[in-house]
Amino acid sequence: MKAIVSVLGKDKKGIIARVSGALYEMDVNVEDISQTILQDCFTMIMAVETGADSPKFDVIKQSLRALGEQIGVQINIQIKDIFDAMHRIDTPTK
Amino acid sequence: MYSTKEILETINMVSRQHLDVRTITLGISLLDCITDDADRTAAKVYDKIMRKAGDLVATGNAISEEIGIPIVNKRVSVTPVSIVSAASRGHMQIIRALDRAAKEIGIDFLGGYTALVHKAMTPYEREFIESIPEALAETEKVCSSVNVATSKAGINMDAVRLMGKVFKQAAYLTRDRDSLACAKLVVFANAVEDNPFMAGAFLGMGEDDCVVNVGVSGPGVVKVALEQVDGDLTEVAEVIKQTAFKITRVGQLVAREAAARLGVSCGIVDLSLAPTPAVGDSVAHILEEIGLESVGACGTTATLAMLNVAVKKGGIMASSHVGGLSGAFIPVSEDAGMIAAAKSGALTIEKLEAMTAVCSVGLDMIAIPGDVSEEIISAIIADEIAIGVVNTKTTAVRVIPVWGKKEGDTAVFGGLLGEAPIMPVNRSDPSKFIHRGGRIPAPLHSNKN
Repeated sequence: MKAIVSVLGKDKKGIIARVSGALYEMDVNVEDISQTILQDCFTMIMAVETGADSPKFDVIKQSLRALGEQIGVQINIQIKDIFDAMHRIDTPTK
Repeated sequence: MYSTKEILETINMVSRQHLDVRTITLGISLLDCITDDADRTAAKVYDKIMRKAGDLVATGNAISEEIGIPIVNKRVSVTPVSIVSAASRGHMQIIRALDRAAKEIGIDFLGGYTALVHKAMTPYEREFIESIPEALAETEKVCSSVNVATSKAGINMDAVRLMGKVFKQAAYLTRDRDSLACAKLVVFANAVEDNPFMAGAFLGMGEDDCVVNVGVSGPGVVKVALEQVDGDLTEVAEVIKQTAFKITRVGQLVAREAAARLGVSCGIVDLSLAPTPAVGDSVAHILEEIGLESVGACGTTATLAMLNVAVKKGGIMASSHVGGLSGAFIPVSEDAGMIAAAKSGALTIEKLEAMTAVCSVGLDMIAIPGDVSEEIISAIIADEIAIGVVNTKTTAVRVIPVWGKKEGDTAVFGGLLGEAPIMPVNRSDPSKFIHRGGRIPAPLHSNKN
């Protein structure tokens, strides 16, 4: 399943490392990554794909949320379809 | 890959602007449950709801988690119960079965305690409509609707007269709860068969056995988008259109996913902008952002007309099938801006009636003094229904004559139903008109002036 991970919060050391580490542990592959810092606000967007050994989506979501609370940033994961739907005209209709 | 701006826009729409999908409504046909025995029909109805909608809440919650957008309500709509119960006269057994099933599967509302009497009533349909107050007072989740007119048939004024009485009785029977039963009851002209919104949802006769219809929301998103606009009304309309496109696409995705996972057909997306009482989720505030001091001011009908048309233009392109009511809702008790304007006196019932000529769906969630006569309520209904019939659109009335309360008091319904200031009503007597009964003939469909 393709999904988008977004990380928002105050910039600090090790955010990318820890989020990537957690994704690796859950057999989630990072396909693309972009990062900006706007007025001290760290914004990282990762395009990811879950693997055969990945836990269920709600478990991944919960783990990332918990990690976010530990680091002090907000981490969210949403399936890619929602961004296709809202931001691309040519959404597949299945 | 998406730009950071796009990703953040979606995230902010949810976290700051109340973007949600208001409802996934699963329409379930009860035609195959009809028998001539009341208890057997009720048992079949219960079984079918449990079988078809048992996974609805879990499915809705799973989709919501994955897309990261709340799905506020999960609902069920059914074939009009007056049809299902006609052979057995078992409407009370059926509504109890529906309420029990609704509670067990954990849905928010179930619609379809409905009669379609736009031309005339059979003796049984009259009996059915007279049962509505007791049925709504006794149950919790079930909503009721009555179609009293169409643009083709005209207005069944006998039914309109009866509904004045029904509203009063429903108010009396739930007098300990600010007459809450009336919030679960709506009278229609040109009722639609695929409406996902309550209280008026039912599954029409031309529908599939089981179908998903989705209602979107998002007044807060439109309001925030308009805050960035400094241009003229062409630009305002364009921004509303683009925003409505994005909101509706969310609804379309949810409808498609829900239908696939439940193994049923995908019906329609209803484009209505549905407000909630939460701050920042108000249709009234959109009109005020466009440039009115308060909703209800001169200019309200024009701004609302523009909003409604722009929402439809954006939404229609975003969705494969558009249906339901599809227009901006203006329920007074469910919209913080409407509540404030009604309290201050800026918004009157007369202005609301004018507004309903250009938007969906009618005089909605309006609390009036408990001592207003049933004839006046029937006349309020007749006026609103006439607007729908002549303009070939759906209109509706959901008024609450709050028992024991008077102008200036407040009725509190809680949850999505909100709270409503009791609004003044013109007390001139329309009794002679209402007591005449009969039918107002259908309007002309040409020479439209």
